[in-house]
Parts: sequence; C-alpha cells; structure tokens
Amino acid sequence: MTPGALLYLDLLMMGLMLVLAVGALYARSLRHAVILFIVFGLVVALVWARLRAPDIALAEAAIGSGLAGALLLAALRDRRRGAESAPRSPAWQVVAVGAVVAGLVLLLAWAFLDLQGERANGPLADTVRANLDVSGVSNPVTAVLLNFRAYDTLLELTVLLAALLGVMSLGPQRPPMDAAEPMAAGLIGWLIPLLIVAGSYLLWVGAHAPGGAFQAGALLAAAAVLADLGGRREFRLPGQTWLRLLAVAGCAVFTLVGLAALIGSGVLLQLPPDWAGSLILLIELFATASIASALFLVYLGGHPPSWNSREGHPDA
Amino acid sequence: MPDPATLYGLLGIVLAGLGVHAAIVQRDSIRRLLAINVMGVGVFLVLIATAYFGPDQDPDPIPHALVLTGIVVAVAATALALALLRAFERSEDE
Repeated sequence: MTPGALLYLDLLMMGLMLVLAVGALYARSLRHAVILFIVFGLVVALVWARLRAPDIALAEAAIGSGLAGALLLAALRDRRRGAESAPRSPAWQVVAVGAVVAGLVLLLAWAFLDLQGERANGPLADTVRANLDVSGVSNPVTAVLLNFRAYDTLLELTVLLAALLGVMSLGPQRPPMDAAEPMAAGLIGWLIPLLIVAGSYLLWVGAHAPGGAFQAGALLAAAAVLADLGGRREFRLPGQTWLRLLAVAGCAVFTLVGLAALIGSGVLLQLPPDWAGSLILLIELFATASIASALFLVYLGGHPPSWNSREGHPDA
Repeated sequence: MPDPATLYGLLGIVLAGLGVHAAIVQRDSIRRLLAINVMGVGVFLVLIATAYFGPDQDPDPIPHALVLTGIVVAVAATALALALLRAFERSEDE
C-alpha cells in the first residue's frame, strides 16, 4: 500500500475511534453507549494491528471488546430500574470540567511531542532481542511475558484470581439463560468448535508468532459464554468445582515452576535456557485453562447457587 | 507527511482526556465504568504509539507486553466493579 493510501486509512480509523468513543461516552441511551463501546473495541483492535501489535489486537478483540462487552450487556440486563434515572450534570459543570480537561490534554500533548523528538528504540528492546535465543521462544512479546518479565505475568494471573474471588463473594450467579432460538442455536453450535480450535492454535503458535495464553484463554472463555448465552447445557462444561480448581491451577503451576527455578538456579522464575521452551508451554497450558475458567466464572457473576443453602451455616 | 506514531499518540491523549471528562460529568455508574475503560484505551494507545518505529523496523516488545497485561487487568477490574454495582443495587432494592 502506498504511504498516501495508508495515511487515509489512518485518518479514517482515527476519525472512527473518536466518533465511537464520543458515542460510547455521551450517547443518550445507555444500551447504545455499551454497543458503541463494543464497536469501539473492535476498531481499536484494527488500530493495534495497524501499529504492528498483532498480539494486542487479538487480545483486544477477544477480551477488551468481546468479553467486556458480554459483561456490560449482562450488567445492563440485570438492571430493573430505568437506565436513564441518573440525573445529568448541569451544563456549566460540563463546560468547566471540559476546559480543565482540555488544558490537561494540551499539556500532555506538549509533553508527548517533546519526547517524540528524541525517541529511539530503547536499550531494553535491544536487551530483549539480544537474549531472545535463550528465552525458549521466538515471539519477543511471549518472551517478555513468560520469561524476562514472568513476575509481572504471575502477578497478573493473581489479579485475575483476586477479581474472581471478589465477584464470587459479592452474590449469587445469574440464573441460566433460556434456550436460544433455532437460528442462533445453530450458529452457536458452529461457533463453539471453531473457537476451541482457534484457541488451541493460538496457544500453540504463541511461541513464535502472535498468540499466547491470554488470547487462547479468552477465546475458550468466549466459547463457554456463548454456550451459556444459547442455553446449551448439553455442551457439558466442566462442573463449577472443576472450573474453580482450573482457575487456581494457572497461578499454582506458575508458582511451582518459579520455585523449582529458584531451587535450580537460585533466582525465582529464572528458567534454564535448555528447558525454557517446554516450561513456558507448560505454564501457558495451565494459564490458558485458568484464564478461560476465571473469565467465564467472572461472567457468571457470582458464587454457584448451591452455596446459598449453606449461607448462615458457616460450619456446614 | 506526519508520522503515524505521533498521530496515534496524540489521539490516545485526546481519548484519555475524553474519558476523564465523561468519568467526572456522567452520573450513572456504568457510564463511568465505560469512561474509565476509554481512558485506559487512550493510555494503551500512547504506549503502543511510542513502541512503533515505522513499517521497516520491529516494534519495541516491552510496551506490547505491558499493554497485554493492562487489557487483562482492565477487564478484571471492570468485572469486579460490575459485581460491586450489582450487589449495591440489590442491597438498595431490599
């Protein structure tokens, strides 16, 4: 593509992002706002692909737009009261806050442009490239996530687990959905196997191409959410106890590998180069299962109904 | 011709600003959550724009890993916030 055509594409996507963001933030109806937010997420995924960040594009489309959208739509459905009941801010406040924020944006833009002048590929990126052959994978993003900065990823899995614990302690799950209409049910029946195959492929390919545990986990979670939305209980998802065990497994295996590395090399999470590839695959396998079940349980929105009978009897 | 990294970076700042504005001005909690999410996308866009060095050079993988982590943390936080909201509205109804 010629540079000129690419510039038009850039301007088109930037304009779309702005319009969709304004729509998602200020649309009169909350339902419209949520739907525009989902579309916004999809355009953002295109922009990530444009900026040569395909790993993030995949994650954004599956998590940032897909699952966040499902969560928001489910939250909308839970609301019994009118979504428009909240009072609107008076116009003078809108303008005053707008002026302050505009000042902030100009200040940040000035700082950003100032930094752009002296920007170069940082020394850290060179370090990553120089050490890529001892990381066990050839996709630099996976190398950073699961080897060089494995600590961050372990903590990220912990954050996800903490959020899940929070969601489960706040109330019961939503009641299951009714069976979908024939058209939707047929479509769901086609989509779920596709999602499972695509998720497994992304997990495997993450070592040397865009993909990895997060994208794969998100796709598997999407398959489970679809099955739930369609009321298709015959897909025999793992039971709730299994889902909870799987949700913890990612953190557990990651920590165990990290501790084994501590015993072997004296440094926590320092993977031995000869084993790094296999160990990363092992961690990613469990992380995928963990992310998929955590995201699905979070979507269900609470603890299983069987826990209610035990409420008030903490010893039971 | 302007550098795409600069253009997208500036757009990220504008999106973050829009998010801050809506988070303050809007009164509905779900709208505020949307605003915080748009704010997050703006921040991610600035990060990825600084990692982009044109079509001929590989991008910097470190901001990419950071944003990937950020997306998952953002959706976890959104889910927790929605569950808190649901519990809050349920307690109000009772």
